Amino acid sequence: MTDVSSARWQRWLAEPQTRKGALITLLLVALALFGPWLAPHAPTDMLGQVYGAPSAAAPLGYDFLGHDVLSRLLSGGLSVLWMSVAAAAIALLVGSALGLLAGFSRRRLDQLITWLADVSLAFPDLILVLLIVSMLGRAPWLIVLTVAIAFTPGVIRLARGSAVAVAGQEFVEAAQMMGYSRRRILLREILPNILTPLLVHFGNMLTWGVGMLSGLSFLGYGVAPPTADWGLMINENQAGLLVQPWAVLAPAVLIGVFAYGTNILAEGIGRSSSRIGDKQP
Amino acid sequence: MNAIAGIETPRSPVSTRVLQVTQLRVELRDQVDVLSGVSFSLDAGEIVGLVGESGSGKTTLATALLAHARRDARIVSGRVEVAGQALLELQGEALRQARGSLIGYVAQDPATALNPALRIGGLLRETLAVHQVRLNRAAQQQRIVETLRDVGLPDDPEFLRRFPHQLSGGQQQRVMLALAFVLRPRLIVLDEPTTALDVTTQAHILATLRRLCKSLGVAAVYVSHDLAVIKDLVDRVMVMYAGRLVEIASREALFSRPAHPYTRGLLAAIPDVAQRRDLLPIPGHAPAPGQRPGGCAFAPRCSRRRAECSAAEPTLRELRAQQQVACVEPYVQGVQLTPQVPLLAIDDVAPRPALLEINGLNLAYDRQVLFDVSLRLLPGECLALVGESGSGKTSLARAVAGLGENAEGELLYAGQPLKLAARQRAAGLRHQIQYIFQNPYRALNPRQSVYQTLSAPLQHFFGIKGAPARERVEAVLKRVSLPASVADLYPHSLSGGERQRVAIARALICEPKLLICDEITSALDVSVQASILALLRQLQAQGLTLLFVTHDLGVVRAIADRVLVLKLGRVVEQGRVDEVLDRPQAAYTQTLLENSPTLA
Repeated sequence: MTDVSSARWQRWLAEPQTRKGALITLLLVALALFGPWLAPHAPTDMLGQVYGAPSAAAPLGYDFLGHDVLSRLLSGGLSVLWMSVAAAAIALLVGSALGLLAGFSRRRLDQLITWLADVSLAFPDLILVLLIVSMLGRAPWLIVLTVAIAFTPGVIRLARGSAVAVAGQEFVEAAQMMGYSRRRILLREILPNILTPLLVHFGNMLTWGVGMLSGLSFLGYGVAPPTADWGLMINENQAGLLVQPWAVLAPAVLIGVFAYGTNILAEGIGRSSSRIGDKQP
Repeated sequence: MNAIAGIETPRSPVSTRVLQVTQLRVELRDQVDVLSGVSFSLDAGEIVGLVGESGSGKTTLATALLAHARRDARIVSGRVEVAGQALLELQGEALRQARGSLIGYVAQDPATALNPALRIGGLLRETLAVHQVRLNRAAQQQRIVETLRDVGLPDDPEFLRRFPHQLSGGQQQRVMLALAFVLRPRLIVLDEPTTALDVTTQAHILATLRRLCKSLGVAAVYVSHDLAVIKDLVDRVMVMYAGRLVEIASREALFSRPAHPYTRGLLAAIPDVAQRRDLLPIPGHAPAPGQRPGGCAFAPRCSRRRAECSAAEPTLRELRAQQQVACVEPYVQGVQLTPQVPLLAIDDVAPRPALLEINGLNLAYDRQVLFDVSLRLLPGECLALVGESGSGKTSLARAVAGLGENAEGELLYAGQPLKLAARQRAAGLRHQIQYIFQNPYRALNPRQSVYQTLSAPLQHFFGIKGAPARERVEAVLKRVSLPASVADLYPHSLSGGERQRVAIARALICEPKLLICDEITSALDVSVQASILALLRQLQAQGLTLLFVTHDLGVVRAIADRVLVLKLGRVVEQGRVDEVLDRPQAAYTQTLLENSPTLA
């Protein structure tokens, strides 16, 4: 597969939008990963005045408890990033497995999986997540799991739809005629041919995940204080928005930039694939 | 098809020029030309066939006659005059008016070319309304009724209320003809309009077309990849190769004394239903735009190549009256058909055990497609399954391969009962029956290299991997005349013919005894088809048994030993090829034969 996958990388990176998106995403990930080491202070140290204005000591000022906003900002990216990546990855794995199975079996199993996906799609994502979190608590792994559950039906629909189109092609029939196992047909014949739309969808899920996790924190259902978290920071400091806007604006801008980066990255990949055509004539 | 040859051009004292094309050139990006130096003319009522293989630029030329170029192409220079109007100089509204009222266009696939949301009457009225505002309602209705009668469709209000999907393929294509003719154009351009149709329907459409052009004085350009199809339709033939017209000749001259080596190659590659003869493939393949060699583009594939061929590009010159050719050393003698090849000896006197026996096979999806089909396939023979679309021939082949769901009946393989589902067959049996699909573009996994595609069955059936697998893959590639280097390529870098060879190799590497070929040449150019058929004969000589599904009786004559004719799921006739094709007993077989295009 090396040849095809390296060709795929080259094709993706040939699209300027992909390069731009990848650069922004990488920068933000680096900021979140290495931020805690770069932070001048611990995120929970109370150092200054409540809603203290920016100064040489604290370039972004202080928040509602007198924490250094810059330090909290540098420490607060990691949680939202790993949680959104984890949630999107779980949804991708589970969703593509179920979608592949449904798209290839085309019988009762298909009906069952599609029905389940449709039913859960009927609930708005955020409401579903809020419902589960408010019932079961707000441990990070639980939040990741609920966000993944909210994302999975979309992946199932996408994987199933793409798999149905590929499964009708003759090379899959040829594999069936040879008597290859179902596992082999799913993983070797069908999966590689539906990978591109799934990866684009993964990028989109990252974007939605960051938004949803920040929203959860903002609503008070996310990461528990006093942990530094971008979403939580917006929530905590909203009362002082007019006095010390940086405590709200800075995390909001970073969330926005990250969402923008993953979004155009996914779009760029999708665009280069649809133009050059992963599909056969 | 002899019926249509009888319709002759009415002799008019003054011939009127309808189309004049001068030095037309179409380019892709980077000034790569797909069409260059194209000049020809057409008189009223004259039908010219434009023939070439895929990628030759024939469709580009056809659409350029309407001043249209596909998205990445551009008409850069030249003139197209239709009835005195310089089409390339028109723009916007004027061009749109000219397109409809001067030129009609009929596309290849009527199913996608007709708007499925509009009724037939609506389609016709809309076409008239857009282009000819002057007609009042009664005159409009009159024109529609006349045109429908002309193309051989019913003209009652009930028919006009139908939607395109309620019509058969042949009727849809007649509607396309009606849409083109209802505006009374001076020129009509047809792009392979009968490729998707059965031979009987095709013959009727061609006859209708010739009658209309002659009686209404409409000039026509008929694009086709198959010389046999257009033989009785056209007055003149233009042969296109690599974006150049290489030969323009009257029908008589072209079929009796083809001058360009490429034209000869095409004719020698076409299987003929009338007689069995050697099919000679053209070696090599056509250059892609931008990779054209200097001088004559055909030179690398030409057996008469000389030094000066690659020096300068030959231009069309008069060889004799009614015949122009672009070649430094054209053929001047008449064509000699290659001698007949003897049939593979099959003595049906001595009874031999059948390799495959089908008894009372029935198959039904939402309706029944096979009714009590029985057949015997002897080891080493090639049996052709013939029928039109809907005859059930592909369903039958798929049932033998174990792909047919809902099949009922008895299959015997080498005397032993054979399960109907491939999944339930023993692996030791499964590898002996292999299936090759119609469309080489969808038969190979685009994400797997040729080596991966070919080595997977080796490991699956025989547990062979590593170096021995590599050896076997290279050996099988050699057997299908592909270089070993193909193993590391992916399907997208192979041509259609090469892909089909890889698909055949995938079947061969399983060491099959029975090879089922489902229309495997119908998506290929005639010269490629000839080479694939030659390969299959070679394999048969090595002991393989072939079940060959096709709709083309010419191919049957070229490759099969015995033939079985299917109509609507029932066997109507079977026997040795020469007997069935020379002395058909069933009325259906006779109709098929009469309507099959032939070079004879």
